[in-house]
Amino acid sequence: MPSNLPRFSARLRLLPLLAALPLLSGCGLIVLDPAGDVARQQGDLIVLSTVLMLLIIVPVMALTIFFAWKYRASNKEATYKPDWDHSTQLELVIWSAPLLIIICLGAVTWVATHLLDPYRPLARTAPGQPVAAEVQLLDVQVVALDWKWLFIYPEQGVATVNELALPVNRPVRFRISSSSVMNSFYVPALAGQIYAMPGMETKLHGVFDKTGEYEGFSANYSGWGFSNMRFAVKSLPAGEFDQWVAATKASAEGDLSRAEYLKLEKPTHKEPVRRFAASDPQLFDAVVNMCVEPGKMCMHDMMSLDAAGGAGIAGIGNVRQVAYDKFAARGTVDAARWSMRYVAAYCSAPVMSNDRPDAKPVAPEMLKGEGLPVPARPERTALTAPAARPMS
Amino acid sequence: MIPHPAPETGPILGKLSLEALPLHEPILVATFIGVVLGGIAVLGLITKFRLWGTLWTEWFTTVDHKRIGIMYMILGLIMFLRGFADAIMMRLQQAMAFGGSEGYLTPHHYDQVFTAHGVIMIFFVAMPFITGLMNYVVPLQIGARDVSFPFLNNFSFWMTTAGAVLTMISLFIGEYAQTGWLAYPPLSGIAYSPNVGVDYYIWGLQIAGVGTTLSGINLVVTILKLRAPGMGLMKMPVFTWTSLCANILIVASFPILTATLVLLSLDRYVGTNFFTNDLGGSPMMYVNLIWIWGHPEVYILVLPLFGVFSEVTSTFSGKRLFGYTSMVYATICITILSYLVWLHHFFTMGSGASVNSFFGITTMVISIPTGAKLFNWLFTMYRGRIRFELPMMWTVAFMLTFVIGGMTGVLLAVPPADFVLHNSLFLIAHFHNVIIGGVLFGLFAAINYWWPKAFGYKLDVFWGKISFWCWVVGFWVAFTPLYILGLMGVTRRMRVFDDPSLQIWFVIAGIGALIVAAGIGAMLVQFAVSIWRRKELRDTTGGDPWEGRTLEWATSSPPPDYNFAFTPVIHDLDAWYDMKTRGAQRPVDGYRDIHMPSNTGTGMILSGFCLVMGFALVWHIWWLVALSFAATIVGAIYHTFNYKRDFDIPAATVAAVEEARTRQLAAGA
Repeated sequence: MPSNLPRFSARLRLLPLLAALPLLSGCGLIVLDPAGDVARQQGDLIVLSTVLMLLIIVPVMALTIFFAWKYRASNKEATYKPDWDHSTQLELVIWSAPLLIIICLGAVTWVATHLLDPYRPLARTAPGQPVAAEVQLLDVQVVALDWKWLFIYPEQGVATVNELALPVNRPVRFRISSSSVMNSFYVPALAGQIYAMPGMETKLHGVFDKTGEYEGFSANYSGWGFSNMRFAVKSLPAGEFDQWVAATKASAEGDLSRAEYLKLEKPTHKEPVRRFAASDPQLFDAVVNMCVEPGKMCMHDMMSLDAAGGAGIAGIGNVRQVAYDKFAARGTVDAARWSMRYVAAYCSAPVMSNDRPDAKPVAPEMLKGEGLPVPARPERTALTAPAARPMS
Repeated sequence: MIPHPAPETGPILGKLSLEALPLHEPILVATFIGVVLGGIAVLGLITKFRLWGTLWTEWFTTVDHKRIGIMYMILGLIMFLRGFADAIMMRLQQAMAFGGSEGYLTPHHYDQVFTAHGVIMIFFVAMPFITGLMNYVVPLQIGARDVSFPFLNNFSFWMTTAGAVLTMISLFIGEYAQTGWLAYPPLSGIAYSPNVGVDYYIWGLQIAGVGTTLSGINLVVTILKLRAPGMGLMKMPVFTWTSLCANILIVASFPILTATLVLLSLDRYVGTNFFTNDLGGSPMMYVNLIWIWGHPEVYILVLPLFGVFSEVTSTFSGKRLFGYTSMVYATICITILSYLVWLHHFFTMGSGASVNSFFGITTMVISIPTGAKLFNWLFTMYRGRIRFELPMMWTVAFMLTFVIGGMTGVLLAVPPADFVLHNSLFLIAHFHNVIIGGVLFGLFAAINYWWPKAFGYKLDVFWGKISFWCWVVGFWVAFTPLYILGLMGVTRRMRVFDDPSLQIWFVIAGIGALIVAAGIGAMLVQFAVSIWRRKELRDTTGGDPWEGRTLEWATSSPPPDYNFAFTPVIHDLDAWYDMKTRGAQRPVDGYRDIHMPSNTGTGMILSGFCLVMGFALVWHIWWLVALSFAATIVGAIYHTFNYKRDFDIPAATVAAVEEARTRQLAAGA
């Protein structure tokens, strides 16, 4: 059933009621004529739903005009029945006609929503072209910053600002987060949108089936520089994508270290395209867990502490290292400075004594000074497992 | 470049200083001068014609539901002009800002404009309009003397007004929120909105929200308890039914808004972490909560207007409403379902497919009772004798416009479709399509329909028709381009655009807005001309100019203070039509004293204290907060010792009023 849906709707696209639409296609109705399989199915669904509803809307509008004309007061010929106010048959029709349409549309909705769930890995790159088992997803990590977009390619080891290049016909998985406020990651030609939210990770799967230059932007108002939060999107043939990666590496203005990220995070707008080498594989996870800054405790660690009953009274003294933007917007203060006065965090789940959940961590060597590298995650104990992750 | 940081807080003036005056914004300075000159002119005229006494004793302190209803409508109209000015500013900015042009508004200013436009149009235009309408019409339709709690009614009005005034003050002192009309955190949190804009937003809505909630309670009780004998629930006019449902929605949903805004204020004022990014806060919780209020709010706005369309269609088709019972059940279905759909406002937040489908399908289900209503109006017209007076014209325009808005709404309820259309201009076009096409057209129908009841003369038809055509044409010229732009992937709240090929659509939309402006102008002219020519336009039928069917047409226009000299007894759904066809005689003697509530200035004074408190809270002037809070509490307690709260209209006075009406009816016949 699910796989029939797009074909069915593709046929419906030709319905004469929509004959007017091609007149507008010259204007670039990208939502109805995109360059990716997912967006195309979404566009087709718009057309299909519209046609289904027009089945009832058009008769209603026609009847409205007809009745208004036919039963105008000056037309004394027309039947006039001032006390006629009920007809069981008519009532059945007027309730069941919309009901039938909604049953159809509801079924379509249920199927399409599951089929086109942004979290669902793609099964095909175009109609009739299933994704082969050996094809690797391209992972792109997306961070919405004030007011620009950061794209990290962990596999390629590069990162860009305000430029997204993707190989055509290769499924992409976006892992999306934000540093400060809510945004929405949207490339109309590719695959719909999903919110980018700080401290959380959302996912979106998409694939280009045409090469070309497109545009992406934030579709959720995020403050002062929102209007310029746009980025170029390139859909490239596989070979050209590799060249693009190589060129990006060659022209990188530096390594996207955590310190560099904290600089990049400061609010700017109309940011030009920038390119970095990306060598820190944990940067995105640190962004999601709000612990890029030295000395900050990662959210998943805090959550595992909480899951174990929390740090109790002892936790009160440690608020600074879990505060993220409570006292000022991201990038508006030199965050590293005020955290210096405090013992920097245990940026991985600490070992705690088993008998007293509210006791202080018993592994004091875990409490590091500022700027020291993050140690490998220790063995999980009954108290620290499992570390819940939001929205992943 | 980045908005200026929060000012220091002083002990006397809090955050307030001369810097708060937007002297660097020429648009605001010019507006301020205009407002001051206009204000002086109005105050001068009131003084010249010695109207202060009349205003105070007969209007500001009144507890008469009819006068309060009219005051609500005036409040709505004034705020409508402000909200529309914001709309024109946005249209102009978006039509200009192409190809490197920054337009004429800075982000700081533009972001306030679109936030204020949304807030004002919903809270201070649509809400006062529908509250005013229900206030005026409902007690008359159910044969009551007044609402259940007349003082509360006056207080509710002044609280709504205080909220509106506080919102307007932000124009000239400080700034308004730059967050969009629902102020999603973390953007609206103290870290990202450190200035007073969001505080104006919060306190403006909180103060007005008290008024809205109380007036909701008042009208629910009025409808349930004060119906004339014989008027069972299934004999209530449809407008009263839809008002009942809308007010139940108000009572059930506004506390959610209040609580949500309280949590947001706690985050901003005392450093809690309900909606912050860190320390366990969840901005998603805010988005859920605000829409659990926000979606029922949509139906609060539109349900009463559905009632208006029912009354108008039935009256001007000269026919009983088709399918009264199914109309009532459709209304109840919508009322209940409106609580089950809130998530469709954020399918894109990452819920699972099953959750999204559930909310998508419940949303579509609402279109079934709504569709049934539309068919009911259609079959009320069927085999009727339709007189195309202005209210009926608005109704037909509504039916043709609203179905399109409904269709695009169901479209947006399909989650995968929403993924490409969410937050786009398509969405903007959709909700203006239902709010203008449904709520505003309904209000215009209602104003043209009940104006003769309120003032005793009809509205001028010529200017009414000009206004009608400008509005209908202007609406489609303004919003069709937005539908198209949405399909081109253009998102909302943009200040500048890169792609020059889009500009033509924004220019067309701007032209549409100007046509709508002409419609608004024509409407104001219509009011003025009608007041000027009120003698010629006088309703000579003694209160029933449209061959009405419901009880409000049984009394004189304008109705006497006590509405009905004798409480009518109801035998049929269309009570007045029933009385007319059965030849019921108006009683002309045996009058008795009528017990009435007394006017009081307490509502206005208490709201004044609340306004001061709101202002002090916005600016962190803590001594004034304490003072005005104490004054509010003390004032309220003091009022409970007011024992001069009612009086009797002597039978002789009633007799004199009713005899005058007898003569008027005899002259008209």
